[in-house]
Amino acid sequence: MAEYLLSIENLSKSFSGNKVLDNVRLNVRQGSVHALMGENGAGKSTLMKCLFGIYFQDTGRFFLDGKEFNFTDPKHALENGVSMVHQELNQVTQRSISDNIWLGRYPKKGLFIDEKKMHRDSQSLFDKLGIHLDPDFILESLSVSQRQMVEIAKAVSYDAKIIVLDEPTSSLTENEVNMLFDIIRVLRNQGVGVIYISHKMDEIFEIADEVTVLRDGRYIGTESIADVTMDKIVNMMVGRDLDHRFPPKTNLPGKVHMEVRNVTTKYPPIVSNVNFDIRRGEILGIAGLVGAGRTELVESLFGARTLESGEIFVDGKKIDNSRTRKSINNHFALLTEERRSTGIYPVGDITFNSTIANIKAYRTRLGYLNDKAMITDTDEQIGNMRIKTPNRREQIRNLSGGNQQKVIIGRWLITNPDILLLDEPTRGIDVGAKYEIYQLIIKLAEAGKSVVMVSSEMPELIGVTNRIMVMSNGRMAGIVDTDKTDQTEIFTLAMKYLSNTKEAEV
Amino acid sequence: MKYSIKNMKTMTRQDWADFLIRNAIYLVILVLIAAIIIVDPRFLSLRVLENVLTQSSVRLILALGVAGIIILQGTDLSLGRMVGLAAVVSASMLQRADYAGRFYPGIENMPLLVPMLAAMAACVLFSAISGWVTAQFQIHPFLSTMGMMTILYGVIQIYFDFGEGGAQPIGGHLRSYTKIATGRLIEFSVGGTRVGLPYLVLIAAAVSIIIWFIWNKTTFGKNMYAVGGNPEAAKVSGVNVMSTTILVYVMAGVLYGIGGYLEAARIGSANPSTGFGYELDAIAACVVGGISFSGGIGKVSGAIAGVLMFTIISYGMTFVGLDQYYQYIIKGVIIIAAVSLDARKYLKKV
Repeated sequence: MAEYLLSIENLSKSFSGNKVLDNVRLNVRQGSVHALMGENGAGKSTLMKCLFGIYFQDTGRFFLDGKEFNFTDPKHALENGVSMVHQELNQVTQRSISDNIWLGRYPKKGLFIDEKKMHRDSQSLFDKLGIHLDPDFILESLSVSQRQMVEIAKAVSYDAKIIVLDEPTSSLTENEVNMLFDIIRVLRNQGVGVIYISHKMDEIFEIADEVTVLRDGRYIGTESIADVTMDKIVNMMVGRDLDHRFPPKTNLPGKVHMEVRNVTTKYPPIVSNVNFDIRRGEILGIAGLVGAGRTELVESLFGARTLESGEIFVDGKKIDNSRTRKSINNHFALLTEERRSTGIYPVGDITFNSTIANIKAYRTRLGYLNDKAMITDTDEQIGNMRIKTPNRREQIRNLSGGNQQKVIIGRWLITNPDILLLDEPTRGIDVGAKYEIYQLIIKLAEAGKSVVMVSSEMPELIGVTNRIMVMSNGRMAGIVDTDKTDQTEIFTLAMKYLSNTKEAEV
Repeated sequence: MKYSIKNMKTMTRQDWADFLIRNAIYLVILVLIAAIIIVDPRFLSLRVLENVLTQSSVRLILALGVAGIIILQGTDLSLGRMVGLAAVVSASMLQRADYAGRFYPGIENMPLLVPMLAAMAACVLFSAISGWVTAQFQIHPFLSTMGMMTILYGVIQIYFDFGEGGAQPIGGHLRSYTKIATGRLIEFSVGGTRVGLPYLVLIAAAVSIIIWFIWNKTTFGKNMYAVGGNPEAAKVSGVNVMSTTILVYVMAGVLYGIGGYLEAARIGSANPSTGFGYELDAIAACVVGGISFSGGIGKVSGAIAGVLMFTIISYGMTFVGLDQYYQYIIKGVIIIAAVSLDARKYLKKV
């Protein structure tokens, strides 16, 4: 018997020259819960995707029980006892619990499916794990936590030796978390190795035996939970220097420009009771973990979400941003997080993509569009922002991510906005282009525009913004001065409302 | 999603509102039926019941065919042409020896089963091609089956011209063939009119039972629901999405073959335009019966309910003498209402 149930050695993976995993290792003992931690983008999910054969590693080896393996797809892994319960559950929600558990391998009796056996086996699986659910229930009628338990039971039914739980508690109440932990303990006692991916410190200290920390795609260390403190883990996760990756902050914030009061969304994911001010020419960062409600907040300010309550004042005057069109008329702009799905019109050319948000402005008195004005504006944006493209007739999908982003920012600048809401403005953009986007943001602030910038990259927030608002679980955890804060403080704030989650909402 | 009687007492106002919205389409149809009965109480008779069931039979078999494809988040526009193909093939092989314009003048009378198998084989072939194209190239079934509809129109015409009978409908069927559509297993007299249990109804019932077993009790059936509900989940669980898809189309082809065979017998003749527009009736019946275009949801009982309701409404409206054009409008409204109510369940609020 090998020392470790699962060993991952010297794993490296690059995407188009960008090293996402650099010599990472992970060793999981039999009958233990192994926490895997790291900031957003540290490489946790890439690591798992390599394990399950969704990505192929550049270098690195996997061992299960001392035997080397290399899975070709998740099904292959599943059949060899390695399974994953994703944060986004991949289930056929229209069908029953037992239909889902035995999907792809229904027990048969002659020509027909042996429903009785299916039911019986599901029931005994549930008994073994202490799950109280009727296997005939339709998944749609279950809560997220119940559906998650079904998924765990399914993994167990494949005789899983390794089960990966990816942020399993992100939408559970405290009670449900305890039920989940009971199941995890049952699994551990049966000798299963559980890889537990989470940001929540208190959970890690409650359930995990060991913790491995990744940072920027590199292996930082593995500690036994008994010998480690929370501060130590946070340090391992964020400890790094900021080099000269950012332009100087030359913008000078003036007097208060926008006041946001009591913003609460009507439908989930809930953002509750957010209050802040922003000054003219200021860059306000919004930090937080995935699911903290950052995107929902800027969408709410822009009228893309229905508000339960909330008021926005610009220069002391209350404005109505209940619809996106009104927000644009109020000189707001929203750069969306998902550039591909909600930003670009892929087959449209640069002219189309630049002018579409402001197309009415080009209407002549006779009702047709003034091509000349559109071309002038587009060329101006291409020049100002140094967009690299053969010409303005190029389809936007042929540009690099950074240049696409510049076109989209240009689109909003043509509407002459005063307040820019930028959601992950540098996501999926290479380092050089990032610098240019930072320059652009600072230049805009210098020109008296106010910028709200959501980002998952803490160095970027610290490098570019004047102040940072930290969100945690849909609420505002605090606002800090960028010059006086550090990553540890921001990280601690980001986790402020993660435990006892649901009480706060009820 | 399970509503049982014991829950009735604990249902809140919201639950009742949901319940009403969920079943609104059935309530509307019940009101329509009640209106028809009030206008002409003679609608409530055994004779009408038998006619409604007979008219529903072929429609039901066809609806069950397209229902499988709808469960896969698809649709089948070629259904009507499949019926035409099956009808022309069946009729051409089952003409009386003494009929003047025979399609195949030389051949002997053959067992009734042979032309049905031929019709089924033809439909399975073309339907499997649609299924393969849809799965292989990941195109929307609206387009693949629209292409197939056009192809079949040509195929039927060419086959039709190939016969010896000239450009006239293929008629003069064998009496035994006609009897399948018009005969009754039991027959009795009520107040001077003959009523009974038609063969067609029995065939439709048998087909429904078999399809129910396939959908609910076989691996293939459950895989069909899984692929329709969440293809990605089915794939990672090791379901062969490709072969499941093709098999659903094959099953549809089998049912279209049977439907076309029976339709030619029922009408008494067949020509290239037999079955024109049937796809819309079948799809509409499925939608009203709760077989969802978003995939993964649908029951045999739903298809039966949808077909019966549509037939009752059409028959009833004709029975009370409502103008044909008004009938179209009412049917159209029912379809749109059914689809809107279905879509309402999936609307996400932000």
